[in-house]
Amino acid sequence: MRRDIFQAIADPTRRAIITLIALQAMTPNAIADNFHTTRQAVSKHLRILTECELVKPKQEGREIYYTLEIEKMKEIDKWIEQFRKIWETRFSQLDNVLATIKKQKK
Amino acid sequence: MSTPLFFDFTVDKQNNIIDIKREFAADRSTVWDCYTRSEILDKWWMPLPWRSKTKSMDFREGGQWHYAAVGPNGEEHWSITTYVKIDPQKQFLANDAFCDSDGNINDAMPKSKWTMNFSDVDKNTLVHGIMQFSDLAQLEQTIAMGFKEGLTMAMESLDAILAKR
Repeated sequence: MRRDIFQAIADPTRRAIITLIALQAMTPNAIADNFHTTRQAVSKHLRILTECELVKPKQEGREIYYTLEIEKMKEIDKWIEQFRKIWETRFSQLDNVLATIKKQKK
Repeated sequence: MSTPLFFDFTVDKQNNIIDIKREFAADRSTVWDCYTRSEILDKWWMPLPWRSKTKSMDFREGGQWHYAAVGPNGEEHWSITTYVKIDPQKQFLANDAFCDSDGNINDAMPKSKWTMNFSDVDKNTLVHGIMQFSDLAQLEQTIAMGFKEGLTMAMESLDAILAKR
């Protein structure tokens, strides 16, 4: 099975988990309290997110806290941002074409 | 004229969709022509320093637009758009694929289904494009390709081009 950031965010529960721990590091139990699903299911999602290196478990005393790897999240944004830029460029070129057409019509 | 034109770009990874909305300062029939006539498409479809070169265009249901993205060093990437359904000045549905210079479709490259909607917003035109991919991997590949191209384009030349204007 593939393990990458896109797979990590392909699932709505995992996206919700990311949103939750973006605010603060949380234990698996605290995370599970936010979902109508089993702790096992949440653990499985956390395992996938960890394998994708989007979250990182940190042992603190007897508890494990999960934190978000912000840099990895930025990777996704960067990809999309570049693609968005292509469309932005394309559209500003069309703006110029339209402006030229308008001038010719006058 | 100075009000910014609406632009919205969302990537929905769950449904393998890229959704793009953009407003243009022109009437609907003019904007429609820009999207459906190859001599105009060639002027804007590929972001600089790439340019679009049409080999053939047959804008009717079942017809195709066969064109190349020509890079700054003369490299060519061929694409083919097949028009599935056309409702003049309102909507067209098309299938987008990569191919060779003879129009043979490359099944290893991402394919997508496009829905293009055209509507009036006051005196302007809103174009709402929906690109549907069959699976997440194809969407990723498209974004990754955009990422690569974007690096060359956006970084090297866009700034220069904008500065010239």
